[in-house]
Amino acid sequence: MTIPTPYIGTSIKRLEDRRLLTGAGRYIDDVKLPDMAVMAIYRSPYAHARINGIDLAAAKAIPGVIDAFCAADIETDLPAIPLRLAPFDGFERFLQRPIARDKVRYVGEPVAVVIAPDRYTAEDALDLIEVDFEPMTAVTTVDQAAAGETLVHEDAGENMGTSYRVGRGDADRAFTEAPYTRRERFTTNRHSAVPMETRGLIAEFDPDRPLLRLHGATKVNFFNRRHLAAAFGLPEDAVELIETDVGGGFGARGELYPEDYLVPIASRRVQRPVKWIEDRRENLTATNHSRDIVCDLEVASTEDGRILAMRATVQGDMGAYIRTNGGVVASKAAQFLPGPYRVPSFSCEVQFLITNKTPVGTFRGPGRFEANFCRERMLDMVAADLKIDPAELRFRNLMEPAELPYRIGELVPGDVNATFDRGNYSSAFKRLLDQVGYADWKDRQGEIVNRRAYGLGIACFIESSAAGPPETARIIVSADGSIEIRTGASSVGQGTETGLAQICADYLETDINLIAVLHGSTTLVPTGGGTFHSRNTVMAGNAVRMAAETLRSQCIELAALRWNTDSAGLAYQNGAVHRRDDPGTKLSIAELAIFAESRDGEELASDAAFDNEGKLSYSYGAHAALVAIDVATGVIEVEKYVLTEEIGRALNPAMVQGQAVGGLVQGLGGTLLDHMVYDDDGQLLTGSFADYLLPTSTELPDITAIALEQSPSEFNPMGFKGAGEGGIVAVAAAVGNAVVHALKDHNVQINDLPITPDRLRAALRAAGA
Amino acid sequence: MTADRRLTLHVNGITHSCEVEPRMTLADCLREKLDLTGTHLGCEHGVCGACTVIVDGAAVRSCLMFAVQARDSMITTVEGLAASDTLSDLQQAFHDHFALQCGFCTPGFLTTAEAFLSENPSPTRGEVQSAISGNICRCTGYVPIIDAIVDTAKRRLESGK
Repeated sequence: MTIPTPYIGTSIKRLEDRRLLTGAGRYIDDVKLPDMAVMAIYRSPYAHARINGIDLAAAKAIPGVIDAFCAADIETDLPAIPLRLAPFDGFERFLQRPIARDKVRYVGEPVAVVIAPDRYTAEDALDLIEVDFEPMTAVTTVDQAAAGETLVHEDAGENMGTSYRVGRGDADRAFTEAPYTRRERFTTNRHSAVPMETRGLIAEFDPDRPLLRLHGATKVNFFNRRHLAAAFGLPEDAVELIETDVGGGFGARGELYPEDYLVPIASRRVQRPVKWIEDRRENLTATNHSRDIVCDLEVASTEDGRILAMRATVQGDMGAYIRTNGGVVASKAAQFLPGPYRVPSFSCEVQFLITNKTPVGTFRGPGRFEANFCRERMLDMVAADLKIDPAELRFRNLMEPAELPYRIGELVPGDVNATFDRGNYSSAFKRLLDQVGYADWKDRQGEIVNRRAYGLGIACFIESSAAGPPETARIIVSADGSIEIRTGASSVGQGTETGLAQICADYLETDINLIAVLHGSTTLVPTGGGTFHSRNTVMAGNAVRMAAETLRSQCIELAALRWNTDSAGLAYQNGAVHRRDDPGTKLSIAELAIFAESRDGEELASDAAFDNEGKLSYSYGAHAALVAIDVATGVIEVEKYVLTEEIGRALNPAMVQGQAVGGLVQGLGGTLLDHMVYDDDGQLLTGSFADYLLPTSTELPDITAIALEQSPSEFNPMGFKGAGEGGIVAVAAAVGNAVVHALKDHNVQINDLPITPDRLRAALRAAGA
Repeated sequence: MTADRRLTLHVNGITHSCEVEPRMTLADCLREKLDLTGTHLGCEHGVCGACTVIVDGAAVRSCLMFAVQARDSMITTVEGLAASDTLSDLQQAFHDHFALQCGFCTPGFLTTAEAFLSENPSPTRGEVQSAISGNICRCTGYVPIIDAIVDTAKRRLESGK
């Protein structure tokens, strides 16, 4: 058997593919359990209304309907959905209960549940639910929320979830003394992750056993298990979260949502398995939105463009409740505003405002995408004001390798040790400029070709990866030589199985096809961290490496016992233990597994947990977009896109490429298309795919994504940094800058996303074009 | 509701018989009655393309067609694109080009592409892009999907298939 070692660093074809290509994947809606019922949710049609009464009688009377319930029917007082991340003081006043009781606060909030044998019957019954709503004024903007005339949560006495100020140096003084300052307001559009598979769950709740088994869970299953166990008064080991194939996550899938409580309640009520599958309209109102911030940004610099200070107010529109992701979006936007640049003084007020919209959570590159757009747009404005080339301005301000590692200061409350690790930002930026031919382009901005105006925009970024609790892995060798990896990390479709198998195969020196990877479910390993913040390869990858290293040692010890010899005379190689003095004599891991079983009835297995002790590695790089704009119509075409991203080390270059290109195209959507539009009554106007636009195959630029491996992470022996989010974080910035350069003759500025033809035409009309 | 109808469907070369409500969509019938769960529902309003199946040679959104409308038609779902335990050349090309990540949209892309290639065996890259513009993928950014379809067309032409 020849083994193409090393697997690490090779574009191994994905182990997941076969089942997914043949229709044999098993997503949550594909799971069918005996006697399973289906539930559907009656959701608020109003953004803000009192509930004066709920009548379920007609719904219950429909033939076949098994049960229907609302808040008043739930015996136990359900706890609020917990805060998992960025749990700032004050947020506890705005947490969501799984079902509305006296009041609804966003369109889509659960009000009642129907359980039926099939979805057709369940939805028929939803139509007959009668709720006496008393509509109230909806709060739909951060300004309206701040004014506080209408309170979303009366008991809180205000719509300010919380606010704080962070910074370093003396920004006010720097601004007083600076020869140049500029102030701008930027907004980033509310949009959402919108995975192709909507959320879904199946609960099997047997209170007598007791057992709550919840299928369809993902992302952070051990955290979710702890809180669901507490919510239902169960010991943790009586709650099982089961992960199936998952059709995309991007931050939104797998957080605790109201349905994670309502589906178990439904199952407990009817004493049979209950399935709930979100439809797309529900998905667009019920699954976390993201990105919605307003940023007033000021910059102070010398006349030659050296940044002296930044000051900002970041206002996050949190929607109606603070959900599990707490203050991540706005707090990370504030933290990443200075970016990879030397910004000696920085001061930022961060406000979290409660409105009558869908609650906000994370979406790929949370806060980074937003901060990047604001800062990089501002830097281009500064460059124009000071008549400095935008690339040159960035070179003057990018931190140099000698300045790294750099402790950025407590820019998120409590995060006192945040430190940019080693790297070479200028080098990644220069690589981008060379690749895109910047030297040729910088004097051609605004050039008209075939009646379209061309512009090249550039942007630099930095973003963190691999935060959070330790990750676990267990490797088990079977008597037939097959190897199973179990991990607490999840797969949301990004290729986790392949990546972890590559590492295991290399460290066990074995054929990757012998390896199966089981992930996510709480039944696999005692604990785990989960999948977010571009952490799987770093955290789970290193856990697998450690488990494999341990297993090699175990194999040697077992062989020593088997041969009754000293382990010092043995070596592990090519999936077997050899005698150093007689390399032809060997015991394969399969033989050792049989020996272990026969000796003490134990399986040949090893466990490991990898903890990076909170030391984050930062991926960084730069993006460039070439756009062509039809000035008469405002239609923007992104013709060419180049990005560089330093990721330390590529585990599987083709999968890394997939992350970069996929992220970039998602980012083009967030820049040009995706937009959750609300009217003044808090009605979502983009509640279907006919209205909520996503990128399709005809809108693609010519893409070059370059993964750099110049600066391996110091915080894990394999040198990995996260590679999941660098593709998206600088897209709005690069495209926004490109549009401004293309339209330089018209002096159009881009401060708001998305950049749509109608908005662009309005700006051009105002400029007389 | 109106009484169930007994329905005969020809799917992937097999004739099935089932009882359906007249309002049941073809997608739900395939998934719930015939247990062919490879056909996925992404939007249920005909935009995302995940539920695409081939009906009498044409790519059809099975969420927009009633099961009873498919009576007497020849239907191919993703489960029928290759003999069991093998991959079709198109499926293999998706694998080779890393043209899937989460895989949820993939059956719809495969069926759309098969129907398209049977009509246009020698497409330009732009024609491939147009052909799949009614299918949404959130993971890959489409580039490897286009590569896989273009590559398949080229290989089929070369091999005279």
